Amino acid sequence: MLNENLGIVYALLGAALATFLAGSGSAIGVGMGGRAAAGVLTEKPELFAKVLILQLLPGTQGIYGLLVAFVVLGKIGILGGTAPTADKGLLFLAACLPIGVAGLISAIHQGKASVASISLLAKRPDSFGRAMLLPAMVETYAILALLVSLLTVARL
Amino acid sequence: MKDYIYEVARIRVMENGLLSKADFDQLLAAPDHEAALAYLADRGWGGGAGTSDAEAMLKAEEDAAWALMKELLGEGHELDILRLTRDYHNLKAAIKDIYASSGLAPERLYREGGTIPAEEIRRAVEDENYGRLPEAMQEAAVQAQQALSRTGDGQLCDSIIDKAALDALTAAAQSAPDPVLAEYAVTLAVSADIRIAIRAAAAGKSAAEIIPLLAEAPDLNRSMLAEAAAGGKASVAEYLRSTPYSSLADALSRSMSAFECACDDLMIERIRPQKGEAIMMGPLAAYVIARETEIKSVRLLLTGLQNGLPREQIRESLRQCYG
Repeated sequence: MLNENLGIVYALLGAALATFLAGSGSAIGVGMGGRAAAGVLTEKPELFAKVLILQLLPGTQGIYGLLVAFVVLGKIGILGGTAPTADKGLLFLAACLPIGVAGLISAIHQGKASVASISLLAKRPDSFGRAMLLPAMVETYAILALLVSLLTVARL
Repeated sequence: MKDYIYEVARIRVMENGLLSKADFDQLLAAPDHEAALAYLADRGWGGGAGTSDAEAMLKAEEDAAWALMKELLGEGHELDILRLTRDYHNLKAAIKDIYASSGLAPERLYREGGTIPAEEIRRAVEDENYGRLPEAMQEAAVQAQQALSRTGDGQLCDSIIDKAALDALTAAAQSAPDPVLAEYAVTLAVSADIRIAIRAAAAGKSAAEIIPLLAEAPDLNRSMLAEAAAGGKASVAEYLRSTPYSSLADALSRSMSAFECACDDLMIERIRPQKGEAIMMGPLAAYVIARETEIKSVRLLLTGLQNGLPREQIRESLRQCYG
């Protein structure tokens, strides 16, 4: 029974890792940003909109992980498609790892960069553009991982 | 490891309230003491204490900085190292008050804001119940009290407690919860060592007599410093040039007040990298140090204006700004 479903088990494990790892990274990053934002808003409530954007920047990795997981679910017979063989299931698992691992690490580091940018905004409220650009650079690597995961899953 | 993300972000906003060089220029341009007080009140100093009482204004600012730390850290003891010297100051004051009857009002003798309430230190000295004091203080308290009772030598009493304070500082530096606090303690101990060595040499003490008065501070060799002190300020300056404290050498050659200023400036330079820290507690400690240095500068400025000192002379005594 397990052997018959081994492909779908591997593929589901991949989808779960993409969602769990990237989502956890985003939760940590957004949480860090939220605490820094609360610190600034205690003294300067007028900066709410700006610090909210900076806080949310590390949230994208979780969305990328979810996106990859949905595409996988759409191909393995859960939301559509057909159940994969064990080999193909392993390929789905491998395809999910880039966004899972890079999502986790980049979201945590983007969270730290957001915290620093929120501090910058606290000192210089007119530097919002620069403050946003710095943590946004970390996003590049999450996008690269998303592309690799998405293109691979799409080709399977 | 605990992080201080919320606290640091809040401190970043508070740092905007620190006085800048431009503010000090404005204060120096004030026609008199009252105008300078009015400028500070406009900047929010004094928290409603009024503009006529400079000391009340400065005390309100100092209290506000510590109240903020209490709000951010709760009953935590992370910043105790910054308050350690107050305890030893209060111990010195209590022993002199009780055994040499200074006759001064308590508010002029004691410093508030130590890790132990000044009243508790006074009671322990009065009852000779030194067990109520922290262990590191007990031996120094007994020795200083006996020295004062036996010889009546206030300087000897001071030197015993100063040495204990420096030892406590260097010990605290080893276990400080953040590198900036360790650096604070070491810088304070080094500047105190230099001061003690010069004063002891000026009082006619030999190098051998000076060595036991000095604390074991990193980067500073006690016997070399004591020997240099015995040779005068110029030889201390020469010795400092061979240590990481060379920036203090030129100031020491000029005057002791220039040296005090250079010590505070060195501290500000050492805490400045905390402006880039966003997660650890260093910026909190840096803010308190910056606030205390700023208050010291304002006190010097107001005293200078009140006594009609030339503006250039006042300017030279002002410390570097962190803001």
